[in-house]
Amino acid sequence: MSFELARIGVIHANGQRALRAVTLAAGRGERLAIIGPSGAGKSTLLRVLGTSMRPTEGRVSVLESNPWQLSGAGLKRLRSRIGVVHQAPPIPPRQRAITAVIAGRLGQWPWWKSALSLLYPADIAGPREQLARLDLADRLFERCDQLSGGQLQRVGVARVLYQRPDLLLADEPVSAMDPALADLTVSQLHSEAAARGVTLVASLHVVDIALRWFPRIIGLKAGEIVFDLPAARVSDSVLRDLYASETGTLPTQDNQPLDIGPAAPAERHALKIIPPPRVI
Amino acid sequence: MSATTLAERRGALGICVYCWGAIACLLAVVWASFAYLALDVSRLFTRESAGYMLDFIARFFPPDLSAAFLRRIAQGTLETLAISAVGTLLAALAGLLLALPASGRLGPVFKAVTRFALNFLRSVPELVWAALMVLAAGLGPFAGTLALALHTSGVLGRLFAESLENAPPEPARALVESGAAPALAFVYATLPLITPQLIAYSLYRWEMNIRMATVLGFVGAGGLGQMLYYELSLLHEPQACTVIIAMLALVVVVDAVSAWVRRRQMRPAG
Amino acid sequence: MPPDATQQSLRDPDALARATWALAAVVVLWPLLLVAEFRPADLFDTRNLKVMGGFLGQFFPPNLNGEFLGLALRATVETLAMATAGIALAALLAAPLGLALSHSLSISRIGPGPGRARGEALRALTRLLLLALRGIPEIVWALLLVRAFGLGPAAGVLAIAVTYGGMLGKVYSEILESGDTRPARVLLESGSGRLMAFFYGLLPGSAQELASYTVYRWECAVRASVIMGFVGAGGLGQLMDQSMKMLNGGEVSTILIIFLLLVLLADAISGAVRRALA
Repeated sequence: MSFELARIGVIHANGQRALRAVTLAAGRGERLAIIGPSGAGKSTLLRVLGTSMRPTEGRVSVLESNPWQLSGAGLKRLRSRIGVVHQAPPIPPRQRAITAVIAGRLGQWPWWKSALSLLYPADIAGPREQLARLDLADRLFERCDQLSGGQLQRVGVARVLYQRPDLLLADEPVSAMDPALADLTVSQLHSEAAARGVTLVASLHVVDIALRWFPRIIGLKAGEIVFDLPAARVSDSVLRDLYASETGTLPTQDNQPLDIGPAAPAERHALKIIPPPRVI
Repeated sequence: MSATTLAERRGALGICVYCWGAIACLLAVVWASFAYLALDVSRLFTRESAGYMLDFIARFFPPDLSAAFLRRIAQGTLETLAISAVGTLLAALAGLLLALPASGRLGPVFKAVTRFALNFLRSVPELVWAALMVLAAGLGPFAGTLALALHTSGVLGRLFAESLENAPPEPARALVESGAAPALAFVYATLPLITPQLIAYSLYRWEMNIRMATVLGFVGAGGLGQMLYYELSLLHEPQACTVIIAMLALVVVVDAVSAWVRRRQMRPAG
Repeated sequence: MPPDATQQSLRDPDALARATWALAAVVVLWPLLLVAEFRPADLFDTRNLKVMGGFLGQFFPPNLNGEFLGLALRATVETLAMATAGIALAALLAAPLGLALSHSLSISRIGPGPGRARGEALRALTRLLLLALRGIPEIVWALLLVRAFGLGPAAGVLAIAVTYGGMLGKVYSEILESGDTRPARVLLESGSGRLMAFFYGLLPGSAQELASYTVYRWECAVRASVIMGFVGAGGLGQLMDQSMKMLNGGEVSTILIIFLLLVLLADAISGAVRRALA
């Protein structure tokens, strides 16, 4: 079991409830997408999975351990095996892209290697390779404040790819990217997870990417899981129920109306139906 | 994974040449300072000097807590508070007087002269003023009061002058245009505008002056400082320890009170 | 016309309050003046006047004797060296304390996780230590250290190191807690150690502010070094103390001028370095 959440509840310090009785589990190598309206608790759920937030109720098991019963050293080791892609990349503006990517292995390297890398990176080829996967190899030595929002998000993804974690979590990883780059990024996360057989959990605001890349979709609304379905069974009406309080249209990457009429499962899976994004 | 190119390796250096130079310069200056002073810091950490330090510290404990000495401490604390209070009060009055020309209300010549005087007053440290005042007024707390008054008028005078310059001129101008004398217009219109700021600055300086007043006694200007100097010169370490504790306690209490006052002021009214 | 308008009092409602405050001020002020031995007449006491007058009279012209100038300049360099060495030691002392105190580098706060009580206790102790170090004025430290190590700049350097270490430690931790702490926290959440989280996550954003404040404190240390000379810690202050005790107005005047120039110089250097850092 990659992770197991049993009746997780989260109540913030100000009394606001973020999650209620969430029960979720995934085996090794699964790929899940979490969708839902804003404020549904997607980020909170990912934070509980990433051991950066302790649930107020319920039991957590991540990578075969209960993180809140580990020692300090054990928790540190566990955290170095979990990679989180953040919606707003937590990278100091003045840092260079290569240093930002190298920071992914700080939990794994001995301290002297990390310290020396501040002066001269211990590994140049590795970060370059990860940035190249995301079409950013030419920005290797540039400062992060010279990059656009989408480029910065990709640097954040490159850092997690460089970390080679056993559990990949992504919180709105493509919110600042155009359709082509968003597709490229998610495909890289997907291929990384597939190649190494690790679990990938992504929260996404846009539904078509979720349906295109993830075989298992979790719908979250007001802190509760409202469905946990294979992508094929996620129908129009299911989605409209989920986003009921929002406007009539469903959020898609390029704001085209989502065509998910009563199509046969085989057709749904065929990527040929949805035109491939033009590579700019 | 391909090998890194030479260009890549050259560009990879984490800190630019300029920064390396600056850091090297800094380290050189620091090393030169230690060398000039012929300070051997490593000597501090030998077992011998550690033992010596521990012996020295041990002589201070237990502090003298006898009733008679505590009475003297109380007197010294009161003296310190009085020095700081009277000194700050005098400084506030003098500062306000000097702020008038310093803000340019009496013409550019007076402004330049007063500004220079204020700068001089605040540049000379309180302790130096105290040493000078001991010559002028003899040993004791009066010298300390004068020293604080002189130094702080420089500080407050400049702050008050800035407040005056930033105060909107319309209220006073309106009064003058309806026939009031400029001096009265100032008192009725401008002064009430800036009084809260003046009081805030003065209270803040008073808080700092309490700290200062404790040490002015080292040159004979009264208060806890004079007591500490006296006890240490007689090698009465336990008594000196009590004085130091009293100084620390005074500073902590003043810090706490001013933080409490500030929190109360920030609380929304009503 | 409102029925009770004629009944309205014609007395100033504030008058009583103001009178009370005024009376209270006098009641408090009078004993304060007594305790402070406020006797302006003392200034004009003949004996004091003679001493002061003679002293001030010697101020002009200031003593520009070559030998004395050489002495004064050596003392000035000694003062600068004291301040620099002292701040260097202070920064060395403050760095680990500031890192320990800053809660943006606290692993136990994430979650919250194991060891939180211990972490809080450690931070409380560090805060107390820093408070004790800066609560005791540097001159007191200097006096104590002179008694322990003898006259000379060593005591001054250590006094600055201790007091300014306390000040720098507190401000370093505050700088690290303000600004963007997310980069460091995210690194801690992915298993990084605290020190590396600081270097990779906090330092790039806060380096300029940390350096700028340290340089500002160096400038303060220059002034403090002069003052500590009065208790025997060497430098320009000790020279001035000696000259004053000998009532040599000319020498004191020279030293005062040099001191004012030194303060201007330190201010200029500090300003230039901080602008270069920005």
